[in-house]
Amino acid sequence: MKAIITVVGQDQVGIVAKVANELARLEINIVDMSQTLMEHNFTMMLSAEWDDQQLSFAAAKAALEDLSQSASLTIRIQRQAVFDAIQKL
Amino acid sequence: MESRSILETIQMVAEENLDIRTITMGISLFDCIDSDGERARQKIYDKITTSAKDLVKVADQIQEEYGIPIINKRISVTPIALIAAASGDQDYVAYAVTMERAAQALGVDLIGGFSALVQKGYQSGDRKLIASIPEALAATSRVCSSVNVGSTRAGINLDAIGEMGRVIKQIAADDPINCMSLVVFANAVDDNPFMAGAFHGVGEADRVINVGISGPGVVKRALEEVRGQAIDVVSEQIKKTAFKVTRMGQFVGTIAAERLNVPFGIVDLSLAPTPNEGDSVAEILEEIGLESVGAPGTTAALALLNDAVKKGGVMACEHVGGLSGAFIPVSEDAEMIRAVSAGRLNIEKLEAMTAVCSVGLDMIAVPGKTSAATISGMIADEAAIGMINNKTTAVRVIPATDQDVGGSVEFGGLFGRAPVMAVNESQPKAFIERGGHIPAPIHSFKN
Repeated sequence: MKAIITVVGQDQVGIVAKVANELARLEINIVDMSQTLMEHNFTMMLSAEWDDQQLSFAAAKAALEDLSQSASLTIRIQRQAVFDAIQKL
Repeated sequence: MESRSILETIQMVAEENLDIRTITMGISLFDCIDSDGERARQKIYDKITTSAKDLVKVADQIQEEYGIPIINKRISVTPIALIAAASGDQDYVAYAVTMERAAQALGVDLIGGFSALVQKGYQSGDRKLIASIPEALAATSRVCSSVNVGSTRAGINLDAIGEMGRVIKQIAADDPINCMSLVVFANAVDDNPFMAGAFHGVGEADRVINVGISGPGVVKRALEEVRGQAIDVVSEQIKKTAFKVTRMGQFVGTIAAERLNVPFGIVDLSLAPTPNEGDSVAEILEEIGLESVGAPGTTAALALLNDAVKKGGVMACEHVGGLSGAFIPVSEDAEMIRAVSAGRLNIEKLEAMTAVCSVGLDMIAVPGKTSAATISGMIADEAAIGMINNKTTAVRVIPATDQDVGGSVEFGGLFGRAPVMAVNESQPKAFIERGGHIPAPIHSFKN
C-alpha cells in the first residue's frame, strides 16, 4: 500500500521524530520525505509504503489520527493513487 | 511526485470545496414488471436493495482512503411509468413508497426515477404517474420525480406542459418544499447522476455507476491567478482546472465500479454549486469580470465557462455523459441568492442563461399567486429553448404559497434558500389551454 502523508502544524521541537517514530512502530516505510517552514507553520510531506496484509489502511489512519490529537498537528493520510490520477496523464 | 502537485491536490479538497457530488447507481427495473402491482413492488424493492447493498459502504471507504469527500450516494431507476403500466393499479403512490423504503434501507440520500417520458404522447402509465406525483412527493422524502415533455426529435407536448403547471401548483399547495423533488425536462438524458432529474434510461445496461463531480471553488481560485489577462487565457485556465477535477471523478468512478462489480458508466462534467461560501458558479462569472451575475455579459461569460469545462473534462475521462456543464440553481448558490435579493438578477436573464448552460430554470421560487398557466408558460419557453438548441433544459420552480417578492423559501442544507422572484404577470392561459403538440423543429437552415 502506498500513501501520501501530510503533516501541518505550529512549529515545535520533535515533530519529525514523533511522526517517524509512530510510522516505525506501525512498520510503515518512508520512501520519500520533504519538509519546510511556511511562516511559523511546519509542513511535511511523506511518501509511505507498507504491507497491507499486516496493517489495514483504516488502522494506519486511526493511529495517525491519535497522534495528530496528542501532538496538536493536522495529519492527513491518503492513498497515493488519487494524486497520480489527478496530476498525471 | 512533486510536493507542489500534492499540495495543490490537497488544497483543492481542503480549501476549495472540491468533492464528488454524487455516486449514482442506475438500476434497470424492466425485469420487475408484473401484472400484479403488489408483486411488482416486491420485485422492485428486492432488486434495488440487492443491487446497491454495498453502495454506501463502498463510497464511505473511498472517501476514507483517498480523502475525497463523496457528498451523496444515490440511486436512479427506470421510469416508473413504464414499469407500473402493466399492473392494473390506478395510482402509483405505492411505487414511490416502495422506492422510499428501499432508499431508507440502503441509507442512500435520494432515489430518482418516479418519472414519465411524454414528449410525443402518453401511454396509460404516464397519466397515472403524473397524477400521482403530488401525493407521492408528500408521502416520501427521498424520492425524486421528473417528466420529459419535449425533445428536439419529437417536439413539445403542450398537453403535458399544461398538466405539469397544475401539478406543480398542487404540490405547492400541500408544501412548497416538495417542489424541489420534481423537474420538468426537455431532452432529458438517460445517464444523469444528478437529482432531482436522474432516471435510468431505457437503453442503459442492467446496472451502472455514474459519477457527478463538483468544484466551482477550484475554478474560481484558478481564475484568480489570471486576473486582467485576455479571455483566451481564462478559457485555457478553466480547461486545465476542469481536466483535474474530472480526473478525480473518473478515478473515483472507476474504483467504485470495480469494488461494486458494476460497469462504470459516465462522468457528468458539471460545476455544481452549494450555498457554502466559495462554492459558487456566480462567483466564477464575477471573477471573469462581471460586477454581478445578471449584468449584461453574463450569458457570454457563462457560455465560455460551460464550453471550457466540457473541453477540459472530455479528455480527462473515458465516457462523458449526463448533463455536463455549469448548473445555475438559484437557491443552491450563495452569490446567486445575493444577486437576486439585490435585484441584479431576474428570471428573464436566467432564462437567457439557460440557453448556454447545462440545465434550466432551477430552484427558483415564484410568488404563491403565480397561476398554473404561467408556470406552464415558463416550462414551454424552456422546452422550446431545449428543443431548438438541441440541449437539455429543465424547470424546477417552487411556488411560494402565501408569499410574494421579498419572501423566501428555506430548503436547508445543500439546497439552500430561494428568494421569491418576480414573474411577468401577463397570462399565457389561452396559449396553454390550446393543448396539443408543438411539431418537431426542422433540422436544417439553422439561423
